[in-house]
Amino acid sequence: MSEKKLPFERPIIKKLNVNVPNKFGLKTEYDPITSIDGVMVKDLIKEFGSPLYVISERTIRDTYREAKRAFSTRYPKVQFAWSYKTNYMNAVCNVFHQEGSWAEVVSGFEYDKAIANGVQGQHIIFNGPDKTEKDLEKAIKNGSLIHIDHFDELYTIAELAEKMEQKPKVSIRVNMDTGIYPMWTRFGFNYENGEAWEALNRILLNKKLELVGLHAHIGTYIMVPWAYGLAAKKLADLAVGVQTKFNHTIKYIDLGGGFASKNTLKGAFSPGTDTCPTFDAYAEAISTAIISSAILPDHMPILILETGRALIDDAGSLLGSVIAIKRLADGRRSLVIDIGVNLLFTSFWYEHKVTPAQPFTHYTEDSVIYGPLCMNIDVIRENISFPLLNKGEHVVISRIGAYNMTQWMQFITLRPNIVMIDMDGKPHVIRKAEQNESLTSHEITPDYLKKINV
Amino acid sequence: MTKKKITVAVSGLNNTDNPGPGIPVVRGIRESKEFDARIIGFAYENLEPGIYLHDIIDKTYQIPYPSAGIEPLMQRLEYINSIEKIDVIIPNFDAELFSFMKCADDLKKMNIHTFLPTHEQFEERQKSNLPDFGKKYGVNVPFSRPIFGENEIFGLTADFTYPLLVKGKYYDAYVAYNPEQVRMYFNKIVSKWGLPIIIQEFVHGTEVNVIALGDGKGNTIGAVPMRKQYITDKGKAWGGITLDDMNMLDLTHKIIGQTKWRGGMELELIKTNNNELFLIEINPRIPAWVYLAVGAGQNLPEALVKLALGEEVKPYESYDVGKMFVRYSMDMIVNLEEFEKLSMNGEL
Amino acid sequence: MKIKKNIAISDNGFIFDSNTGDTYSLNPVGTEILLLLKEGKQLPEIQKAILEKYDSDNATFEKAYLDFISMIRQYHLTEE
Repeated sequence: MSEKKLPFERPIIKKLNVNVPNKFGLKTEYDPITSIDGVMVKDLIKEFGSPLYVISERTIRDTYREAKRAFSTRYPKVQFAWSYKTNYMNAVCNVFHQEGSWAEVVSGFEYDKAIANGVQGQHIIFNGPDKTEKDLEKAIKNGSLIHIDHFDELYTIAELAEKMEQKPKVSIRVNMDTGIYPMWTRFGFNYENGEAWEALNRILLNKKLELVGLHAHIGTYIMVPWAYGLAAKKLADLAVGVQTKFNHTIKYIDLGGGFASKNTLKGAFSPGTDTCPTFDAYAEAISTAIISSAILPDHMPILILETGRALIDDAGSLLGSVIAIKRLADGRRSLVIDIGVNLLFTSFWYEHKVTPAQPFTHYTEDSVIYGPLCMNIDVIRENISFPLLNKGEHVVISRIGAYNMTQWMQFITLRPNIVMIDMDGKPHVIRKAEQNESLTSHEITPDYLKKINV
Repeated sequence: MTKKKITVAVSGLNNTDNPGPGIPVVRGIRESKEFDARIIGFAYENLEPGIYLHDIIDKTYQIPYPSAGIEPLMQRLEYINSIEKIDVIIPNFDAELFSFMKCADDLKKMNIHTFLPTHEQFEERQKSNLPDFGKKYGVNVPFSRPIFGENEIFGLTADFTYPLLVKGKYYDAYVAYNPEQVRMYFNKIVSKWGLPIIIQEFVHGTEVNVIALGDGKGNTIGAVPMRKQYITDKGKAWGGITLDDMNMLDLTHKIIGQTKWRGGMELELIKTNNNELFLIEINPRIPAWVYLAVGAGQNLPEALVKLALGEEVKPYESYDVGKMFVRYSMDMIVNLEEFEKLSMNGEL
Repeated sequence: MKIKKNIAISDNGFIFDSNTGDTYSLNPVGTEILLLLKEGKQLPEIQKAILEKYDSDNATFEKAYLDFISMIRQYHLTEE
């Protein structure tokens, strides 16, 4: 046959809604994502399998530089510290380290990872409520910056200092009311009730500890930059208090992380791409607060930021394939894809952007997107007006770089490859897909259970 | 005098029992002695009555829901503008204002003018920020605070006595007499408008309203106080009368003067038995009863268009006291072809 | 299977059920199939017509067709 046939699209019929806005929204008006950093999605899947995590090195570096520019054009001394828990793939960490980021860790495991990545001890910030004595010893020996979370830790460090005859470099984490909800009071020492001031006094009166900084981390996914301004102001007040009473100069103020990413939170009215503040907005609020504080110009502290989510979310994508197209009893379309909540933990709180990886028409169906797990909780999108995909076609879930490669679950199935596309558009596997023995090698079956007869 | 030809796009064509301001805004513009306007309607739903009122709206386009975000909205506006060459857009829904404010600069590059509040003005008058707003500008406001979860409902009695008001971020307000009702309204509003939900002290008194227009420099271009005479079960005015109340006007001037309010606004106030005024809400756009102001001598929609186009506007000094509006509804006859055209092509 | 008599189908894919007052929209393939059904054509003929015009295969078409028919039935557009 000489005539070229038209592309086939599944026939659909849709009832027209004649009154209230429906929760599926208007027809989708967006383009397919056929490639990432110049590499075709279908080629990536062909070579590395489906599902597949893809990280764009270019996006990481661009985003980092954008954040760096926003802060360093407003404040003289700025230092970023990469938040390991957000994504501790070594390749990812090292991109940040190459850009000049220190490491910010919250466990002995992460601490050792940072050391193994080659980060100098004095450039590791050690946060979190659970640091074992062994962890602390190591950190003290390496001259790392230990951010004290509670009095029990403070006393442990004091004892270790005496025993080791080494002066630990410490900061305290301060929690406070910055007018946002919820107020995190479980980490660190409270500002308003004087606990933080009390902790600082004890450190400074105990000559065996060196107080180097002040740290706050007011929450997560904070959409209001002024809250950081308030936090910075309160830390600056403490720094001034320390200067006045003890003639001791605070070297740095660390405002932690918590900047929002462009993902849309469940229950939010507007998409995150519209509401997420810019780095400039956060930088303006923070720098203004410190510069206009009572800290003397000679004593201006280094500003440390532990931004994780906002620096890495955009750089990560999850590629997958359609396993089946079903019809639910109520008439809704159900799409089963090979990406489940085991790989996309953040789907519990985000309405992730799911985009077909091949061209599609403007016709859509009210759909539910399910993952492949045989578990009812495995839902990627509850309500989405989605184009008509066929079995075997691909989808791209965008902005998944933060937390998914650390909070993922080994559940029902194995974890797939992670590739990073370098600055020249070349993909590198940075974590190999798991094999059965990746997991079973840690299991021990007692001899008497080895024989079965089924 | 020949009238200036302009094209004005207006949303809020839902002239229903929960009316949008679109149609009355257009009526004001149509009555202008200075403008000969072609009116473009922006619709979200295919049964918004304004779509089918062809003597009021010249042509209607469907636009994406505000919750879809700015990108699809801008794509759609670029398409519409390529056909219509719009001079001014007047968005009339609270929920879409954020998007239009964010697009304003890009629209300007397309020679489309808007006259909207700044982000700061928009944010600080948000229901959840009203207590701070009251403190900052020295205005009485009922005590209120936002809640983020059902688990906070039982703790409310520490700060409130029943009855209290349960309000959504953009729309909806219900009086609740017990925690069970709070929970019901909480869920009802959350599913529509998201978090937070605002719990507000219930102030006893008479509800009165002011429609006003600020020029963005602190001047009040017009202001008309009104009391609702008949309220529907949705809480909407079905009849109202203009008032002679200097306190209300003073408060309006004070708020606009201090905030340098830019654009249309509606103040919702409670006048207590002691003649005290409490500010309940600031709606950051023209209200649906704007035609009463036009009828009382202040054509605020026309003035808004002039401000948007950068023209000098002389403030209105007076209005007719005791002018009333009585709303009515009327059935239009619509052919299925019109509904089909709109549903299939998104324009009519 | 027959489509109810009072179903009006426009070429642009708009459907009006004058019996219930409901309105629907179809994509182009859906429109063609429904028009063929309305003419009284059955599966083999419809399959042939669609596969002549569109790039697909028997299995893919059949899956899509059965799914489409189930929706037509769910909306009560057929008389059995």
